[in-house]
Amino acid sequence: MRAVFSLAVVIILVLIAQVGAGSAGMRYLLGVIIPYIAMAVFLIGMVYRVIKWARSPVPFRIPVTCGQEKSLPWIKSSKLDNPHTTLGVIGRMALEILCFRSLFRNTKTELRKGPTLTYGSSKYLWLGALVFHWSFLIIFIRHFKYFTEPIPSFVLLAQNLDGFFQVGLPIVYITDILILVALTYLLFRRLLDAKLRYISLAGDYIPLFLIGGIAVTGVLMRYFTKTDIVAVKQLAIGLVTFSPVGADVLGQISSIFFIHIFLVSVLFIYFPFSKLVHLGGVFLSPTRNLANNNRMERHVNPWDYPVKVHTYEEWEDEFRDVMKAAGLPLDKE
Amino acid sequence: MYDSGKIISGLIIFLIIATAPIWYTAASGGTTKGPEPEIITTEKQCVRDTDYMRHDHMELLNEWRDQVVRGDDRVYTTASGRKFEKSLSNTCMSCHPNKSEFCDRCHNYMGVDPYCWSCHIEPKGGSR
Repeated sequence: MRAVFSLAVVIILVLIAQVGAGSAGMRYLLGVIIPYIAMAVFLIGMVYRVIKWARSPVPFRIPVTCGQEKSLPWIKSSKLDNPHTTLGVIGRMALEILCFRSLFRNTKTELRKGPTLTYGSSKYLWLGALVFHWSFLIIFIRHFKYFTEPIPSFVLLAQNLDGFFQVGLPIVYITDILILVALTYLLFRRLLDAKLRYISLAGDYIPLFLIGGIAVTGVLMRYFTKTDIVAVKQLAIGLVTFSPVGADVLGQISSIFFIHIFLVSVLFIYFPFSKLVHLGGVFLSPTRNLANNNRMERHVNPWDYPVKVHTYEEWEDEFRDVMKAAGLPLDKE
Repeated sequence: MYDSGKIISGLIIFLIIATAPIWYTAASGGTTKGPEPEIITTEKQCVRDTDYMRHDHMELLNEWRDQVVRGDDRVYTTASGRKFEKSLSNTCMSCHPNKSEFCDRCHNYMGVDPYCWSCHIEPKGGSR
């Protein structure tokens, strides 16, 4: 049901854009005004979320680790899985962000015939996630060709490497295939496993269908129903130079492009308020970004109330005379 | 806010990356003016209509290549019945010999690097 609901949401978005692309006024709305709103919501929303996170204190280091802690010099410590230095933390964060090291340790639990409970390694999610995210990044970088004139060389390099095999015409980008395969896997992973289907929410399906819709419209535009990409680039440059193009350029672009850019705009608006905000959140994972130096440094709980204490020394000073008279032992005569 | 130094520098880096195209285009002086390929031919009509040629010329050339190389099928008949040789160098380039002012204008603008010239000899000098 939740999957059907999410699919319906994305289909409605596609229909809105399809209908809107029919009139000139709506084209301006879809191609210029909504993208600006989306970008503003995205940037402000991301900053808001990150600052909101930063306002919650992390009282102690949370040593959720996967290796031996640094202790005595003759015990070999795990420098990346249980770092005690900033450098080690940077290494662990880099592995987490670039290689999804946590997902690599994903395990599956199954009840088999017998019944016996089995635990096993499960790398498919890691692989699917890795393929999806890296494809998305490369596609993202490739799209800079629409926003830059002249096009920077790293964008051309990404594009040329992506089309390395020169298959088909226009040359098929490897990431276009990979992202569709990965999204299909990530969707069916949720749909086919009863346990996962049970815990999957609309917020898990909507990003998949939304990004799927963006990828499919992008692929359709590149390989099947062509659009005037020169006009698309003029539109994009108009957006980043704050001198948006008029109806003459917008009129040359076919309606499928407006579906594409509308879904992208919705994704940007949806981003800071959904699970997709892990783009920023991954940097703030307390179990990953804090060095496990609890035994070397004192970390004071930031919300500790300043308790008024009365130490023994002060107490003794107060009652010295009485204690002396009673013949009680004193620390300080 | 805790660790405000790290949080704020992280956010500034994020904002700079997210708005990079704005700074880049401002620095490079990019405008919404698109490329203007120069058409120097006196011929009135291309082998297909302008709209098709603008979007799909690469597919036509690809079809021609396959038909010529694999099927020895060298004659293209247009909708109006005119016959042309299926040839980039002899047909296309006879009207558009100015590669650098015609082909390259849009191709450079869109960052497209067609592999025509890994087999065909690139015309020298550009415009005639």
